[in-house]
Amino acid sequence: MAFLARALRQSNSRLSSRCPAVAASCRWISPTAAAGSPEAGAAVAPADPELPPPREPVGGARVELPPNPEDALEVFVDGHAVRIPKGFTVLQACEVAGVDIPRFCYHSRLSIAGNCRMCLVEVEKSPKPVASCAMPALPGMKIKTNTPVAKKAREGVMEFLLMNHPLDCPICDQGGECDLQDQSMAFGADRGRFTEMKRSVVDKNLGPLVKTVMTRCIQCTRCVRFATEVAGVQDLGMLGRGSGEEIGTYVEKLMTSELSGNVIDICPVGALTSKPFAFKARNWELKGTETIDVTDAVGSNIRVDSRGPEVMRIVPRINEDINEEWISDKTRFCYDGLKRQRLNDPMIRGPDGRFKAVTWRDALAVVAEVLHQVKPEEITGVAGKLSDAESMMALKDFVNRMGSDKVLCEGNGPNPPADLRSNYLMNTGIAGLEKADVFLLVGTQPRVEAAMVNARIRKTVGATQAKVGYIGPPADLNYDHEHLGTGPQTLVEIAEGRHPFCSVLQSAKNPVIIAGAGLFEREDQDALFSTIETVAKKFNVTRPDWNGLNVLLLHAAQAAALDLGLVANPAESIKSAKFLYLMGADDISLDKLPEDAFVVYQGHHGDKAVYRANVILPSSAFSEKEGTYENTEGCTQWTIPAVPTVGDARDDWKIIRALSEVAGAQLPYDSLSAVRDRISTVAPNLIHVDEKEPCTISAEVKPPVKQQVSSTPFKTVIENFYMTDAITRASKIMAQCSATLLKK
Amino acid sequence: MPASGIAARADAGRACILSDPWTCGPPKPRPGNPHRVSLLPPPRAPRLHPTISAATNPQPGSSTSLPLDPTPSHPPRRRRRGRSTMATLLARQAAQALRARQTAQLGPFASAMQGHLRTYFNAGTPKRFKEDEEKEQLAKEIAKDWNAVFERGINTLFLTEMVRGLSLTLKYFFDRNVTINYPFEKGPLSPRFRGEHALRRYESGEERCIACKLCEAICPAQAITIEAEEREDGSRRTTRYDIDMTKCIYCGFCQEACPVDAIVEGPNFEFATETHEELLYDKEKLLENGDRWETEIAENLRSESLYR
Repeated sequence: MAFLARALRQSNSRLSSRCPAVAASCRWISPTAAAGSPEAGAAVAPADPELPPPREPVGGARVELPPNPEDALEVFVDGHAVRIPKGFTVLQACEVAGVDIPRFCYHSRLSIAGNCRMCLVEVEKSPKPVASCAMPALPGMKIKTNTPVAKKAREGVMEFLLMNHPLDCPICDQGGECDLQDQSMAFGADRGRFTEMKRSVVDKNLGPLVKTVMTRCIQCTRCVRFATEVAGVQDLGMLGRGSGEEIGTYVEKLMTSELSGNVIDICPVGALTSKPFAFKARNWELKGTETIDVTDAVGSNIRVDSRGPEVMRIVPRINEDINEEWISDKTRFCYDGLKRQRLNDPMIRGPDGRFKAVTWRDALAVVAEVLHQVKPEEITGVAGKLSDAESMMALKDFVNRMGSDKVLCEGNGPNPPADLRSNYLMNTGIAGLEKADVFLLVGTQPRVEAAMVNARIRKTVGATQAKVGYIGPPADLNYDHEHLGTGPQTLVEIAEGRHPFCSVLQSAKNPVIIAGAGLFEREDQDALFSTIETVAKKFNVTRPDWNGLNVLLLHAAQAAALDLGLVANPAESIKSAKFLYLMGADDISLDKLPEDAFVVYQGHHGDKAVYRANVILPSSAFSEKEGTYENTEGCTQWTIPAVPTVGDARDDWKIIRALSEVAGAQLPYDSLSAVRDRISTVAPNLIHVDEKEPCTISAEVKPPVKQQVSSTPFKTVIENFYMTDAITRASKIMAQCSATLLKK
Repeated sequence: MPASGIAARADAGRACILSDPWTCGPPKPRPGNPHRVSLLPPPRAPRLHPTISAATNPQPGSSTSLPLDPTPSHPPRRRRRGRSTMATLLARQAAQALRARQTAQLGPFASAMQGHLRTYFNAGTPKRFKEDEEKEQLAKEIAKDWNAVFERGINTLFLTEMVRGLSLTLKYFFDRNVTINYPFEKGPLSPRFRGEHALRRYESGEERCIACKLCEAICPAQAITIEAEEREDGSRRTTRYDIDMTKCIYCGFCQEACPVDAIVEGPNFEFATETHEELLYDKEKLLENGDRWETEIAENLRSESLYR
């Protein structure tokens, strides 16, 4: 067993050494620690020359000391003096001093439970070792983390934890990335004294995503706290006492949260593991690629773990501004859709209605020939919801060169407010939502449209008792909210000051209005947005120091498409099209398309639009290409290729570039950097990666709106959270989820 | 057809041994593991052509098994059970003979080694040493005293050097053979011998391997490839277990890493093939190896269990 653990440990260290920057850059001591003052957390030089030199804070984190010196205090960790803000725990003080305390139940984003006792340290003048995660640091406290007392305490705790923990590391999926395994190697004894029978616990069924082996559970209650505090579902709890204590759903029930997959990450042992990933691979054989998610408009930071040409799993990366360290289940488990229904070869539909695989040369020649037979104004290009900025730029340039201006992105509606960036972005920013004290959600259900934004709102509601008003169809929001109405009438009432919620808005310091991108599809969207602006003006939502007027977008491509100007009217463009170029656009309605129209489908999945296509050009999915995406708050991010492309597929922009050459209207760029140069002339903010370009122009310059608000109630925009795009529709796991988890 | 050729060759050896193992040459030292003597090279070809193997493998006792079964019986197991006391006796004899032979071989070698070491350690004055020797030799040859002349004469007249040389030849002529008649007899094998890989099963027939991938992780030659997923009954099993035997360096780390003694390096070392592809073992082949060698592997593991 020792050998086994050693092997796992070696590989683990090998893995972590491969990407030290990741581990280093993702530890925060306090969520607000963004930019620390230079002296913050700096340990004072040791008085005793025999002491080891002071260390950097754990994970390179920085501590922001309060401006008032009285709110800071000084403690001594292993002889070194450190200054910390008041209210820090002993464990946080140790982290500032660069000492990593072993822990199981403590998690920086969850409440403190203090039940695993692994974090015991010695404190001078304290008769017993102290659980550092739950003990507030007091001025002048002398903390000792490396004394025989502390070591013996840890060893004893470890022995107790291992008493009932099964020795099944070889068949455990956590093996190699298990906190218990690592810490038992570092702090545990080399033998146990427990010879009696170990207890066993019945496994619970938590649904198709989370696999449970409850015998391995060490009752740290991280999952329970995550479910109640972050996910907002009261599904998990602790049952029984003493050795009969176990985690479970109180009654036989699945865990119905869109964030349930995160319990896999926070479980320090192998009690909760990923069901789709079960037994598939070990963490040491996986190659991690740090990229971003495109299944919604949040652009969650993820790491795609692949083995060879196959994506094995997706796990979150820490980004405090976007997804903290959580991701939604759709993001985490959509990966098996990348292996199904893929388009491998260029194909042409023969006279018999069947597709025949052809070479790229033939396919492009056929497309170019048809392209020259239609009139320029009959050419329409549609970008799909997963398109990257480069390919949308290429598509727009190409269609324009062919003499048409009908380029659009699905989901943007007939007349999107693309003139001013502030009209379609989340101006407050996702992290900025935490400062808000009143939310007004108009026609949006953040829980299904952008689960990570919803998690922020929930966090804010939980932390500051912020009020939430919601206008839209009945929805299941997992925080206290007031359902104000279902249609635009309620919004008008608020704008006119007739609604009771007005008083709440009036008293708010930082009010936030979030309008859903579903409103773009409505006929009366101009009037709606002008009403929303009236509300904003009335309740002081937009001020020089605070911009609380937000639009929550739905798709990864939407923001970049609006930046680049893919804004043609879909209904008109489709109706008049004789040549329709669909770049991964599956959800656009093709009912009005003329019968004799020639449809080219360029995409990675054989999804809805393929049934109508005449020519199929296979392209690469987000996990296989380098692409620029802008999320709903206007932050530009890149995807990084994790796996090779499937079959004969090519990058989207390269296909269009090749087609332009065959069609005789060659686009002037041959490399990705040249495309980006071109983008920088249209939308320079898409070049500044990982940055949010603030919107500068205010809404004052808008023309007056003469449209009337209709009385049609707001519709639910996303019917099925688990299946929103070509990748998730091809995914078997997502199909299972929608079958079992969605409420009927 | 090469496959049937292998089968025929293997069969020839088998027939000889089975008919009378004791008449294949003069009395020879019996190697340590008595049942190893009769161990047959694993019938590789029959795996491909079960009909041929069944037809050309006249084996006593095979009538009880299916005619198309490629490995109808386990001769080693049968023989061992029959004469276990005899086996130990033979083993002891063989060990003694081996030891005697080794000391005999080692004698001249050791003295030569000593001489070599001496020159080596006197490396500072080798020249002088050599000169002395040459001088001595010269003095003997040109010695003119009667004794020396007489001795030289006798030596030449009676061909004493020739006789000495021939007597040595004669001694080895009647001495025990150093060589063994290889395909029919084998040298002794340590229970720790690391030969061909095998995947073992539990007695219930359930495969042992649990797809923990530790062997894959530890393999220094990266010869092992494992793919795993959940089996229908929810247990963790491999869907693919490949060993590239041409990459393998037979270090034995895999069997040391294995927490359930599933992958082992068995006592078989005769698995040469004609093509490279045949040495890319898959799970089926490894499990088949395990079934075929289970008796020997289990015995070896049992004898080594004290030291692990």
